Amino acid sequence: MEKLLVCIQCPQGCKLMVKTEGEEVLVAGNKCPRGASYARQELLNPCRTLTTTVRTEFPDFPLLPVRTAGEIPLGSLFAAMGEINRLLVRNRLRPGDVVLERVSGTDVPLIATADMTLN
Amino acid sequence: MSPAKWDVVVIGAGPGGLAAAIAADKAGASVCLVEREARPGGILKQCIHDGFGLVRFGRKLTGPEYAFLDIEEVKGRGIKLFTETFLLDLDRSEEGFVLTLQNSEEAVFRLEAKALVAATGCRERTARQVFIHGQRPAGVYTAGTVQRLINISGYLPGKNCVILGSGDIGLIMARRLTLEGAKVLGVYEIKPEPSGLTRNIVQCLEDYNIPLHLSTTVTEVHGTERLEGVTVCRVDENMRPLPGSEEYVPCDTLVLSVGLIPENDILHPLGVEIDPRTGGPVVDQLLATSEAGLFSCGNALHVNDLVDYVSESGEIAGASAARHALGDYRPPRHVPILAKGEILYAVPQRLDVSLGGQGILYFRAARTLTDAALVISAGGRVLGEKKYKSLRPPEMERIVLDLSLVPAGEENIVLELRG
Repeated sequence: MEKLLVCIQCPQGCKLMVKTEGEEVLVAGNKCPRGASYARQELLNPCRTLTTTVRTEFPDFPLLPVRTAGEIPLGSLFAAMGEINRLLVRNRLRPGDVVLERVSGTDVPLIATADMTLN
Repeated sequence: MSPAKWDVVVIGAGPGGLAAAIAADKAGASVCLVEREARPGGILKQCIHDGFGLVRFGRKLTGPEYAFLDIEEVKGRGIKLFTETFLLDLDRSEEGFVLTLQNSEEAVFRLEAKALVAATGCRERTARQVFIHGQRPAGVYTAGTVQRLINISGYLPGKNCVILGSGDIGLIMARRLTLEGAKVLGVYEIKPEPSGLTRNIVQCLEDYNIPLHLSTTVTEVHGTERLEGVTVCRVDENMRPLPGSEEYVPCDTLVLSVGLIPENDILHPLGVEIDPRTGGPVVDQLLATSEAGLFSCGNALHVNDLVDYVSESGEIAGASAARHALGDYRPPRHVPILAKGEILYAVPQRLDVSLGGQGILYFRAARTLTDAALVISAGGRVLGEKKYKSLRPPEMERIVLDLSLVPAGEENIVLELRG
């Protein structure tokens, strides 16, 4: 299998060539090691960090921005959104605080990215 | 009551202003921040997606996380922050500037500053500015407004959306609208190539099978109360609509991502010289404007591609403002930078060659180039050279120039880009 990709790890956007030879995955065009692991991952199981918001019970801070602490499979993003949109935050959280232990059947937690204690 | 006196007042507590205040405080100046919104962080508050901070922090952060790091430092240093405080007027005073402000605690009040940093950011180009005329139905929004409605207020502005313009905010909003349950019918770009970063084309459009139509624009909006649809039309190489290629796309929302304009209205009464190419003040490498004691940074100076460079310019402007306020002022000897060839614009527009040291220059290419070469010269002497495999107008380039190389008595410095 052979695939042309644009690396999305940073704004440089390297053009990557990735192909499989037997068990081995070969990557060309990457300017850094992150590009190589991205290309491998993209060929075998594309994953993304999900960033979205969670409803809170505080009128001065109605939505808390959140992200998955790591990447989750691209195909599970909509299931994760369904799950996350049912949550309600009842405490004033700070960046890094866990909102949900495991997102959508993965072992990746959902964490706050903004400081709700700030006023 | 006589107004409180500060060495440095920073207008705007977005990433540029936060960095400027920290730098001014580090340099030993008394400094305060003035912010019109309830919380600091500027536009980063609504940029909940990630990709920020790779240059400055070496890791991928969301907007609020990036802002949090600077806000924590501002708090830790005890820097005074006026929130929900609106700047009404700006004037010269004997020692520098006098600001007339308004907030709910002190009503109308004044501050005096020996030096000012204008970190007022930018605003979005609107429907009228891209010649979308006619009826004014509900459902036509700028991308930043949609971002604010969804991410801060919690409203989905529509169900069936068309996006005009392939700038980064538009691409980010295509993904965001899709994840929140709206249907994005397509992104339409009048130019033959996308305006946004390539990675955003991949992770915001391709991941969700959202079509991108190049050399195509919106020529008409339909509906009186609420938007009912738009007419899209292909354009020729001069961006003129091609008759017969019109197509009607039913939709309830049109999202405009058609460019940003530096916001410097508050500086107009001071008569600050503005560069028509950037829309921001003309500055030197200290980010000093044509008004002594007034410094500019971030997207108010020119629209940046990465927030990391906004912070960098904030640090420079803040440190320069502190030096000015603390009395380290020598009359500058300015040499203009002439941008030649394929350069869209370059910042700074001139260099103070009396200072020596290093100067950071940013530029954008006027069009997509492959195997381009940049040459910096003065009086025929080459001061620096750089080769680029590819350059695209959406991506800003940064170079550092050793100012001790500039020959004495040169009338200008030439920055030339050839494709």
